[in-house]
Amino acid sequence: MFKSMLSKLLVVVLLISGQAYSAQSNDVAAQEKGLRIAKKAKKLDSGWGDSQSEVEMILRNKHDQESRRAIRSKSLELKDEGDKSLIIFDEPLDVKGTAFLNFSNPIEPDDQWLYLPALKRIKRISSRNKSGPFMGSEFSYEDMSSFEVEKYTYKYLRDETAEGRECFVLEYYPVDKYSGYPRQVVWLDKEMYQPIKTEYYDRKDSLLKTLKVTDYKRYQGKFWRPDKLEMTNHLNGKSTVLLMANYRFSTGLDERDFSQNTLKRLR
Amino acid sequence: MREFILKSGVRRPFVTLLASLLFIIATSWGAGYLTFKSDSRVFFEESNPQLQAFDRMEAVYSQSDNVAFLIVPKSGDVFTKENLSLIYDLTEQAWQTPYSSRVDSITNYQHTFATGDDLIVEDLVLDPEVLDTQRMEEIRAIAVNEPLLAKRLISTEGHVSLVNVTVQMPGTNAEQELTDVSTFVRQIRDNLLEKYPNTEIHLTGLVMMDVAFAEAALADNNTLMPLMFLVVMVAIGLLLRTITGTISTLLIAIVAIVVTLGVTGWLGIYLTPPSAAAPIMILTVVVADCVHILTNMFHEMRKGFDKRQAIYNSLEHNLKAIFITSATTALGFLSMNFSDVPPFQDLGNMVAFGVMMAFLFSVTLFPALLAILPIKPFKQDVKEHSGLMAGVSNFVVKNYRILLPSTLFAMLIILFLIPRNELNDRYVEFFDESVPFRMATELMGKELSGVDTIEFSIETGTANGINDPKVIAAIEHFSEWLRTLPEVDHVNTLSDIFKRLNKNMHGDDPAWYKLPEGKELAAQYLLLYEMSLPVGLDLNNQINVDKSSTRVVATLENMPTYELLELEELTTAWFATNYPELKLEAASISLMFAHVSKKNINSMLLGSVLALLLISPILGMVMGSVKYGVISLLPNLLPAGVAFGIWALLSAEVGLGLSVVIGMTLGIVVDDTVHFMSKYLTARREKNMSPEEAVHYSFQSVGPALWFTTVVLVAGFLIMALSTYRVNADMGVMTAITIVIALLVDFLLLPSLLIAADKIRKDPQPVEENSGIVTQN
Repeated sequence: MFKSMLSKLLVVVLLISGQAYSAQSNDVAAQEKGLRIAKKAKKLDSGWGDSQSEVEMILRNKHDQESRRAIRSKSLELKDEGDKSLIIFDEPLDVKGTAFLNFSNPIEPDDQWLYLPALKRIKRISSRNKSGPFMGSEFSYEDMSSFEVEKYTYKYLRDETAEGRECFVLEYYPVDKYSGYPRQVVWLDKEMYQPIKTEYYDRKDSLLKTLKVTDYKRYQGKFWRPDKLEMTNHLNGKSTVLLMANYRFSTGLDERDFSQNTLKRLR
Repeated sequence: MREFILKSGVRRPFVTLLASLLFIIATSWGAGYLTFKSDSRVFFEESNPQLQAFDRMEAVYSQSDNVAFLIVPKSGDVFTKENLSLIYDLTEQAWQTPYSSRVDSITNYQHTFATGDDLIVEDLVLDPEVLDTQRMEEIRAIAVNEPLLAKRLISTEGHVSLVNVTVQMPGTNAEQELTDVSTFVRQIRDNLLEKYPNTEIHLTGLVMMDVAFAEAALADNNTLMPLMFLVVMVAIGLLLRTITGTISTLLIAIVAIVVTLGVTGWLGIYLTPPSAAAPIMILTVVVADCVHILTNMFHEMRKGFDKRQAIYNSLEHNLKAIFITSATTALGFLSMNFSDVPPFQDLGNMVAFGVMMAFLFSVTLFPALLAILPIKPFKQDVKEHSGLMAGVSNFVVKNYRILLPSTLFAMLIILFLIPRNELNDRYVEFFDESVPFRMATELMGKELSGVDTIEFSIETGTANGINDPKVIAAIEHFSEWLRTLPEVDHVNTLSDIFKRLNKNMHGDDPAWYKLPEGKELAAQYLLLYEMSLPVGLDLNNQINVDKSSTRVVATLENMPTYELLELEELTTAWFATNYPELKLEAASISLMFAHVSKKNINSMLLGSVLALLLISPILGMVMGSVKYGVISLLPNLLPAGVAFGIWALLSAEVGLGLSVVIGMTLGIVVDDTVHFMSKYLTARREKNMSPEEAVHYSFQSVGPALWFTTVVLVAGFLIMALSTYRVNADMGVMTAITIVIALLVDFLLLPSLLIAADKIRKDPQPVEENSGIVTQN
């Protein structure tokens, strides 16, 4: 009697630990699969050299009051370092000519410079923060900056159809402790290897924002770029839409176009 | 109908019992749907202009519900490694608070400074582990000199500090959300106190206030209700000396309460801290009905009638009076519908309904219970009370010539004290000193800054208008002027940020601590600043989406409500005079309460007067005489007035709770008058007694019952005075005072007035010393 109970108990313990073990190995497998997918996404989207686009930003509060901003964006792809990007502000008019230069570093804080035309000075900004609202919008600079594999660790969750498309669902965990989110859930389209939806979770692991990326078009036969990004903040009910226009690739930009000295000459 | 009611209880007790049971079960089922709301918003109607202004403010900027951790190091110095570590830990943990959107502390304050052409933006305390004495002194100097922090997050002496957590609760299940937040922050506090025993941590803020509301109401229900039942039991037991009577009375009270709560639930009305007092009030009023029936029944039984006949006789004598008194009491409570505060309307309706239910059950179920249960009258008539009544009535009849002018004069003097009362409805003082929320808030008021705020939205009407140098200058001028007011502890304003950034962008040269000169420069500073802030510490709580308006928040020292209203007027007038081209809107929770209590007093006065106008003709009709209707006005009106005069001596602060007392007590006060006068008139008309004899008769027949009910009512409302929720406690004390005054008026002034009035008309008849006392035994 006692023996049979003991043996049953033993079986149960073995089963549980076996499951725990397999859960652990599943975890490792999910992380590896996540990383593989992320690497593939980066690989498929590399080789564009440089690009330019125009962005219209529409901010909306709970009561549908709207506000508009307009910027231009230029990016340069670099082989062994993070990408370089330049943002030129056009609207509102009182910030026209302000330019923001960013050298993306995978682990270290990005290098950032800002040119203020009203002050006629270039200021280097030393801040670990890139999670605050970009121009008062629901996007942070972090949300808009280029994707680098090293910025996150990954976990593959499942396959799922979202917005009528087959997707991988992945979790991204930012490496930078100054990131605004400990966790993101990303729906990555299986065909494009581009995100069509991202959920951002805040420090208390509750859903803070949802990004929906739509109207993808293919450029140069391989680079997928969206026309519309919509970010909704669930905490304050505000939302921001980015309308992208006039994507251009291989426009002949080089590192000299992304130096501090060029900032003053932009307009 | 009358006959049916009279007979149902006595002749068919079991049928009545069964029918009542079915009715009770059906209605009380609804109690399951009762929900409790303690959100401070329940005090305001949807249409309340201050609530709407506040909602607009929250919609444009962000919600300002908050939990504040007040940190008081025992060493008296915040700037030590240990205490900065504590604040750092607390800040980190506070981000985990459910629904939190922002945490502000001196450690995560985004300190900006310049090194050459570099602008550095970083947490004021990046890592508390590596702090040395020199760095801590630097941090102290920065913190206490930064207008954003000083007197808000850190005292100028550096001895207390605040960590402020802003929460945005979705409000889908408000009570649960409140509990989630409060449980979590208390857990943080307890954990930190264990790790840092040399510090006190207190919790305050709007969320904690709502929590305090809920907990005070809960405590009342857990402690005051049972106490109330006990007191009623003891009072009836001692006064009437009957166990069956006591139990039956309590049963009727429970039934009336349960049915009322059930119907409230069926109707989907939620309970609030004020309306949670309804059960205590219903219980109190029910007892009065039953006492009248019981005393009369015993009286009849002693006369030799058998039990059932005695019950029948008692009902017959009392039905009309109980109905009238119930109806007038209900009317009085219904006058609370004139209140601008929804919970008081609910309270009035609930008690009014409960009173009518109590009437229904005390003339049906109550007799049925008495008929079924064994009951014996106390052997002797309650001698001491009759003796007391005889003493009082002899005294009154003998001295009415002196009593009439002297009581009137005394009361007149007290009435002159009424204007000494002043409006005060500080929501901190809704709780008594034993409530931790109040303690924490007052401590904060003493050591750091008050809790009251006025939030000003300065609106330019054009997109990016706040970057206009003229507007920034206006914002600065207004902010600096606010800082000169002695009542203002702290001003949170955008102009400080502009000045600081301008200094930073000029290599931290103090000479540049001034407003930027051009619109573009200001706009570009803001762009730069916003880009370098972390999530949760942005400017969206100060600037709206198209940068056309900004919010300036003035934190005020603790002050009475009327001063707050004066300050609001002063500040908005100042702005309108100086900057007519800009729009200023003021709003805050403090202002909402200040306005509503002022408005509430006016509308409650109107409501009480209207109720009285309704009640007086009823009384006139009942007594069949205009003259006595007019006479009844005096004893009906005086008690509330005198009570407010006495209040001026006791506390002199009038707020939400007190403004409804007149309406509430009106019915009860009228009851006393009705009972006394109707017996007086019976004696005069049916028994042809002289005024003096009629007064004796009244004292003998209703005196004891009035005396009992007053004792029970006063006991009941004084128990409410034990509530930690001061709105209810004050209401209890005032009601008790009013009821005592009413009895004094009915025992001293009213009979004197009746004798005098009836003697002026007819020739005075000589009164024989002893013939006046009418004994019925």
